[in-house]
Amino acid sequence: MKDIKELKSIASQVRRDIIRQVAAVKSGHPGASLGCTDFFTVMYFNIMDHDKSFNMDGKNEDMFFLSNGHISPVWYSTLARAGYFPVDELATFRKLNSRLQGHPATHEGLPGIRVASGSLGQGISVAAGVAMAKKLDGDDKAVFVLTGDGELQEGQIWEALMFAAHNKVDNLIAVVDWNGQQIDGSNDDVLSLGDMEGKWSSFGWDVLHMDGHDYEDLLSTLSKAKENTGNGKPQVILMKTSMGKGVDFMEGTHHWHGKAPNEEQTATALSQLEETLGDY
Amino acid sequence: MMLENFEIKDKKATRDGFGKAMLDLGHKNDQVIAMCADLTGSLKLNAFEKDFPTRFIQAGISEANMIGMAAGLATAGKIPFATTFANFATGRVYDQIRQSVAYSHKNVKICASHAGLTLGEDGATHQILEDLGMMKMLPGMTVINPCDYNQVISATHAIAEIDGPVYLRFGRPSWPVFMPEDGFEIGKAIMMQPGTDVTIIATGHMVYHAMEAVKILKSAHSIDAELINIHTIKPLDEQAILNSVTKTGAVVTAEEHQRHGGLGDSVAQVLAQYLPSPQEYVAVNDSFGESGTPAQLLDKYGLGIQDVVNAAVKAMERKK
Repeated sequence: MKDIKELKSIASQVRRDIIRQVAAVKSGHPGASLGCTDFFTVMYFNIMDHDKSFNMDGKNEDMFFLSNGHISPVWYSTLARAGYFPVDELATFRKLNSRLQGHPATHEGLPGIRVASGSLGQGISVAAGVAMAKKLDGDDKAVFVLTGDGELQEGQIWEALMFAAHNKVDNLIAVVDWNGQQIDGSNDDVLSLGDMEGKWSSFGWDVLHMDGHDYEDLLSTLSKAKENTGNGKPQVILMKTSMGKGVDFMEGTHHWHGKAPNEEQTATALSQLEETLGDY
Repeated sequence: MMLENFEIKDKKATRDGFGKAMLDLGHKNDQVIAMCADLTGSLKLNAFEKDFPTRFIQAGISEANMIGMAAGLATAGKIPFATTFANFATGRVYDQIRQSVAYSHKNVKICASHAGLTLGEDGATHQILEDLGMMKMLPGMTVINPCDYNQVISATHAIAEIDGPVYLRFGRPSWPVFMPEDGFEIGKAIMMQPGTDVTIIATGHMVYHAMEAVKILKSAHSIDAELINIHTIKPLDEQAILNSVTKTGAVVTAEEHQRHGGLGDSVAQVLAQYLPSPQEYVAVNDSFGESGTPAQLLDKYGLGIQDVVNAAVKAMERKK
């Protein structure tokens, strides 16, 4: 377990890793990666009981699934910094013959990844399947899945929500990266999500709220959700984040959803992020 | 083996074989999970559901979610059999299968009933004729299309034993039963009648039509046709095809599927590379089906017994 100061220190390095991965190949998705950095750090360094030696079936471990696979840079950095694979491998992101594919994949055998994601809307279903298996096996650990907010426009999401509530998949915790942005603009401009809490609760889920950049809130809400498993209902945490968090010129806009910074912008971004654990 | 060894004992639906095999598998292996999307009766899973209620997952009319959950169950070590009609098990959920199952190499068995024209009266919305093509294009996907009740039973048991994604296709109608329950091996074609003049390679329901065609070719045309039953579309038993066509010099493929992308194309690919030979297709020719009885539809869309006969005669003529 880390204290908040240590967690913030790790997160600063993860943010540097994100910028450096994306800048090196002039492609990738920095915006929501930066926005979810605090969440990933707290999850892998404090919240989840997990084994960095990595077992695909995750028996007797808390398990995490990433539905919005395009934010792979934050996941790769967190996994590497948590000891799943060598930190130096981050330098191979999106390059030929790499295990760090543009979107996460199992095909190359990268430890920490259990299913491919990228085509949106599939992660809650996969996590629900894993959660059902855990229940059949009498394994009381939790299954987490992160989705984007724009991703909720996919119909499969709502199929999964209906299923999980009807079948009391109460070891399943979905987290929505609610930054309000998607590729073409704000959610409200593209296709409004409407009453988020009302939608989830009317589908039979317990709804929690969380500030995705407030460490005390992250720690207490995620712990609470874990404690609440087994209560007959799946849970969702609506996590407010700011896209591009930590780099001033990237923050709060959809413009950095899938765009890499140039050399000068990279230098500016890195100057705002302290190197705490050593760059790869 | 000779055709005389494949005596028609009975008529049963291939999907009934699936239901029987699933019940047996349920007893044999407690990791086996049956999933269905509101078609439990049609897939003949009622007995499984009754005996193993916790290992039966009713997904509702939500096929995309069912496939995603199957990938999750497999990740956690289960052996999920995700079942529905072939139309909804493939085209409707192609992206889910592609990303969460095939690319992620999950041990998911996609088992699909009511494939092809023999679905009958429900018509073209439900008569998928493109599924074998879609599924065989996915890297790492095993694709199996058994021909009768018994072969579905042996195929269902066989796919539970291998690690990796599988598409198993069967159908709705009552159909002649002639295969033994043993002797099934994934990827291994079955010689049903040796011959010297023309090779007929058939899959699924069309194996029966090909058997009848072989008899007519002998009696009415003095053509000595060889019949190969190809249940595994992928990986294809290339050696069996090459051995046969080396001997006969001509081939007919017969399948309840579009000619674009089906078994015929797979066979043509092998022959084009190693042994270019005259080939005739018995398959649906770039068309949707319609309502009708299975027999009427097979006849109208060129998949009747006489169509196989005519194709064999034509392939023979092209040898000259």
